[in-house]
Amino acid sequence: MKFKFLEEKIFKMLMIAATLTVFAFVISIVYTIAEKGWNAMSWSMISKLPGGGFYIGKEGGFLNAIVGSLYIVGASTVLGLMISIPVVFYLTVYLKKRSKTAYIARIAYDVLFGIPSIVYGAFGFTIMIYFGLRTSLLGGIIVVTLLIIPIFIRSMDEVARQFPRDILDAAYSLGATRFETIRVVLRQIAPGIATATLLSVGRAIGDAASVMFTAGYTDSIPSSLSQPAATLPLAVFFQLSSPIKEVQDRAYAAALVLTIIVLALSISGRFITNRFSKNKLQ
Amino acid sequence: MKSLFSAFVAPVETELRTVYRTEENAGGQTVRRKIRFFRPDYKFVRNDTESELIVSALNVHIKDNHILKDVNLTIPEKKITCIIGPSGCGKTTLLKTLNRLTDSVEGVKITGKIFINGEDIINSGSEITRIRRKMGLISQRPCPLPMSIFDNVAYGCRIHGIRNRRKLRMIVKHYLDAAGLWDEVKDRLRTPAVRLSIGQQQRLCLARSLAVEPQFILADEATSALDPISSKIIEELFVKLKQNYSIVMVTHTLRQALRIADHVVFMYLGEIIETGSADYVFNNPQHELTKKYLSGAFS
Repeated sequence: MKFKFLEEKIFKMLMIAATLTVFAFVISIVYTIAEKGWNAMSWSMISKLPGGGFYIGKEGGFLNAIVGSLYIVGASTVLGLMISIPVVFYLTVYLKKRSKTAYIARIAYDVLFGIPSIVYGAFGFTIMIYFGLRTSLLGGIIVVTLLIIPIFIRSMDEVARQFPRDILDAAYSLGATRFETIRVVLRQIAPGIATATLLSVGRAIGDAASVMFTAGYTDSIPSSLSQPAATLPLAVFFQLSSPIKEVQDRAYAAALVLTIIVLALSISGRFITNRFSKNKLQ
Repeated sequence: MKSLFSAFVAPVETELRTVYRTEENAGGQTVRRKIRFFRPDYKFVRNDTESELIVSALNVHIKDNHILKDVNLTIPEKKITCIIGPSGCGKTTLLKTLNRLTDSVEGVKITGKIFINGEDIINSGSEITRIRRKMGLISQRPCPLPMSIFDNVAYGCRIHGIRNRRKLRMIVKHYLDAAGLWDEVKDRLRTPAVRLSIGQQQRLCLARSLAVEPQFILADEATSALDPISSKIIEELFVKLKQNYSIVMVTHTLRQALRIADHVVFMYLGEIIETGSADYVFNNPQHELTKKYLSGAFS
């Protein structure tokens, strides 16, 4: 056999092996969590607040963490979209291709993108001390919003940069102002917005470091923005560091819930993305 | 009583407009039919007013390149004007300067004057959106907006303030009909415009431009991306539309210009070499370059 065909075969094998390895990671992670968490999993786990002796293995659940996580992620996703869509629209429509402002702005977002979440947490903590605030839902929401804005902007900008200028010219020649093209631009980059939202939600819901100092932890569901809020990653963290076996298993149950939420979001996100991209001009 | 009543009720914005359409009757003869069209607003200029487009001493520089050199041109009213010339001679730039789409190009410098109905659009600081609305642009590659067929045609009207659904439906139907597309798409107005074939997309773009009632249609090699049948349909549409609109067309194919042009502008390296009625320029070119180009010595 000629060498080049052998080469082709070997590298094809290697690629398949790499693909399967990644797949195996996914399976083993889900399996480990499911196996360990399934025993501790029960309806009362996801429907009850922690009871008095919850952290030494007595009854209760971690509804507080589920609700807290959803509050923080929901609010910060909305806030993040409200801030990042105008940014991306401005970069795409108002600034010229080789504008210096856009260049500097993009570098800034890349820097923000690379900052670890614990640094955001520490930064948020400092600010909160400066203003004399205690750990609260609001603090968590703001810091998580800061955390996901660069993700939003980066992934939307990737799509917006491919934006065909012909579409803008077409809208302008109908007499649209630059702002009036927003309807067109949003529809064209809608798949990008959906993907960005998915990525950001995934990152936001799973991040423990940024909410540790800012949102705090509590056994009750927060009823106002100024109260502390529990989150799922922290629920996993606190329970896993317990020496008692039942509590450790509950940590895996919490991890399972977290994984299921992320999985459900990405699957529904795929459907939504497909729906949104039907109008997109190729 | 009626006058009392009307004092409190804002007048309904309606206007009856007359458009002409050429159709073939049963005997195979072409008849020019007068159609009374209910235009449900008068935000838009009337089309039957004179439309006058004069370019005077226009110079366009992009960075260090002198793209258009001292262009003087009068676009005749309600005729098809074809701009011909070899590639890179500034035809497209000239067309884009006419509705100031060149504004968004980096490093562009425009001097000179372009008068539309006596109004200088380069220097007078007039509203850019109003100018652009008068000039419908058809681009080389059909470029539907990323929305449904209906919304594509309605988009222009919506940004100019028509939101009434009944009015919009009427407008969309009329202009899709004018672009010869209504019968093909009337059952699927809500489907995305990108699902149409490329020839249909180009006609949709035409309908979309017509829906904001332009006075001029600027077509930038509008048929070069299309198959022969679709481009024939577009050409026929242009011939019909010249009864109501002045059409400026950049074309690369000389034969197309021969078929449909009433008036020809020959450009070479950013300059206008020769201009005149189609018969005159094609049969009796005055300039050496024009003769060479028409004989196919270069293209």
